[in-house]
Amino acid sequence: MKVKQISLFLENKSGRLSEVARVLGKHEINIRALSIADTTDFGILRLIVNDPDKASTVLKEAGFTVSETEIIAVEVPDKPGGLAGVLKILEEMKINIEYMYAFVGKSLGNAVVVFRVEEIDRAVELLKESEVRLLSGAEVYQF
Amino acid sequence: MIYNLEYESMSRPRLEELQLKRLKQTVSRVYERVPFYREKMKKAGVKPEDIRSLDDLKYLPFTTKQDLRDNYPFGLFAVPMEEVVRIHASSGTTGKMTVVGYTRNDINVWSQVMARTLACAGGTSHDRIQVAYGYGLFTGGLGVHYGAEMLGATVVPISGGNTKRQIQIMQDFGTTILACTPSYALYLAEGAAEEGVDLRKLPLKAGVFGAEPWSENMRREIEEKMGIMAIDIYGLSEIIGPGVASECEAQNGLHIFEDHFLPEIIDPQSGERLPYGQRGELVFTSLTKEAFPVIRYRTRDISLLYPEPCNCGRTMVRMNRILGRTDDMLIIRGVNVFPTQIESVLLGFGETEPHYLLVVDRQNNLDELEVWVEISDALFSDEVRKLEDLEHKIKNEIESTLGISARIKLVEPKTIPRSEGKAQRVVDKRDVYS
Repeated sequence: MKVKQISLFLENKSGRLSEVARVLGKHEINIRALSIADTTDFGILRLIVNDPDKASTVLKEAGFTVSETEIIAVEVPDKPGGLAGVLKILEEMKINIEYMYAFVGKSLGNAVVVFRVEEIDRAVELLKESEVRLLSGAEVYQF
Repeated sequence: MIYNLEYESMSRPRLEELQLKRLKQTVSRVYERVPFYREKMKKAGVKPEDIRSLDDLKYLPFTTKQDLRDNYPFGLFAVPMEEVVRIHASSGTTGKMTVVGYTRNDINVWSQVMARTLACAGGTSHDRIQVAYGYGLFTGGLGVHYGAEMLGATVVPISGGNTKRQIQIMQDFGTTILACTPSYALYLAEGAAEEGVDLRKLPLKAGVFGAEPWSENMRREIEEKMGIMAIDIYGLSEIIGPGVASECEAQNGLHIFEDHFLPEIIDPQSGERLPYGQRGELVFTSLTKEAFPVIRYRTRDISLLYPEPCNCGRTMVRMNRILGRTDDMLIIRGVNVFPTQIESVLLGFGETEPHYLLVVDRQNNLDELEVWVEISDALFSDEVRKLEDLEHKIKNEIESTLGISARIKLVEPKTIPRSEGKAQRVVDKRDVYS
C-alpha cells in the first residue's frame, strides 16, 4: 500500500519543467499526477508516474537530482465532503500529514489524494482497519 | 610634510648601508632565537655570517602563511612572552588565526611608520583623525590610532560601523582626516548623501584607505563625493599592520618604508628575484621587528617597484597599488576569505566532492557574498522545510567560519562549470584591481 513518488530538485529558471516533461515523454513515461512546492530560489517537483523506477533512472541520466519517496494514495469520494471525511479519520488516528495533493482519474466517482505522512508504516496499519481505502502502487500507476 | 625627514629622504647608498646592517642583525636574531628559522636556514645551508650584501638575501628561504599557521600561536616569536606587550591576529581558516606579537619597541616603530603614513596624507598635529577601521585583534584600528597619537593629532577612535554616528561626528567634531576601508568610505558617502549632508563642505581634507584592493575609479569617486585627497595605504599584520607603505600627495605609487621593511619582487612560480619595473609577488623581510621578525615573507600580493625619485622628496622605493593575488583569497567587507574555507564547511555536511561557487558583488558600495552550492543526492530532501533548514545550517556554518554573512543558493547539479585543472571557485563581479 505504499506508493512510490519521484521528487526532483529544480532551480527557479525557465525551461527546467519543460525539460523534465520532455525527458519523460521521450522515454514513454506517463505522468499520473504532479505537484510543485516552490520557494524563492528553488522548487521541488513531485511526480506520480506509471513507471517510477524507469523515470528515476532516465531523469538521473539527464542530470537531475532525484529521490524516491513513499506516499499513500487514498481513494476519496468525488463529492463535497469527500475529503473532509477522510481527513477526519486521519486526524482521529493522529496521523501527521507532511503534504498532500489530489488528482482525478478515470474511475468514476472517486478521486485520489496523495499523502506524505510522518509514520507511513503505522498509517498503513491503522488505515487497514478503517473505511478508508488505500490504493496499491499498481492501481495508482494505471489509475 | 615628511615625518621622519632624515630617514625618508636618506640617500640610497646610506639607506642600503643601514638596511644591510639591520638585515644582518635580524638574520642573527632569528637564527639564534627561533628554532623554525634556524632549521630552515640549516636545511638551505645558510648561516648568518653568509649574509654579507643585500644581494645575499636570495640565499635565505621564504616564509609562507602556512609556516605561520603551523607555528600557531607563538612559535615564531623571538622574545620571551614577558616582553610581548601586544598580540594581534588576522583571519585564517577555522581555529587557526595568524598571530603576531609586538615588544614595546615594535609598538614604537609601528607608531612611527603610521605617523609617516598620515603625514604622507598631509596630516599634522593640528588634524582630527577619525579612525573608522575596526579596533580589536585586527591591526587596522589600533595601528592607525597609535600613529595618529604619535603624530600629535586629535584621535577619534570610533571603530567601524554605525554610519549615522560616523557622519554626525564628522560634522560635530570637525574631522579632517578619515581612516577606513575604501568601500566603507563610499558607503559613508552614500549615507551622507541620503541624509542631505554635503561632505565636501566639511573640514574633511584627506583619507587614508587600505586593508582591501581598490581601483583608480573608486579613488576618483571617493575624492569627488567627499572633497578629499584619497591616499592608498598598504600593510599586512604579518609584517607589522598598516604602515608598510603609503602613497604621498603625488598619488603615484606607495613609498615603502624600507628602512624597516626590505621589499623584493619575485616570480611566484620560480621564486626568482625580479628587477625593478617587473610585475611579481611582493616579499618582505622585517629589519627592526623584535617580537615577530619575518624573513622573506611571501605576501601573495602582486605589484612592481619603481626606483625613480619622487617629487615629494622621499627617496624610498615606490610600489604600484596591488594588482591582484597569486592565490584565490578575496577581501570581502574587509575580511580575508579563502574559497577553501567554504569547501571545509561543505565537507562537514557529508559532501564528498562539494561543488560550490563564490559570487561576490558590490551593491550600494557594500560587498555581498553569495555561495552557490550544488545539490547532490546526499543533500536533497523531498521536503521544502528540510531543504530550507539545510540552507540555514550551511549559511550559519559559513558565517561562523568566515566571519561574514553570505546568501546561500542551492543549485542543480552540473550548474557550476567543471574545469580540467584547478576549479574556478570565484566569480568576482566587483572591479577592484583596475
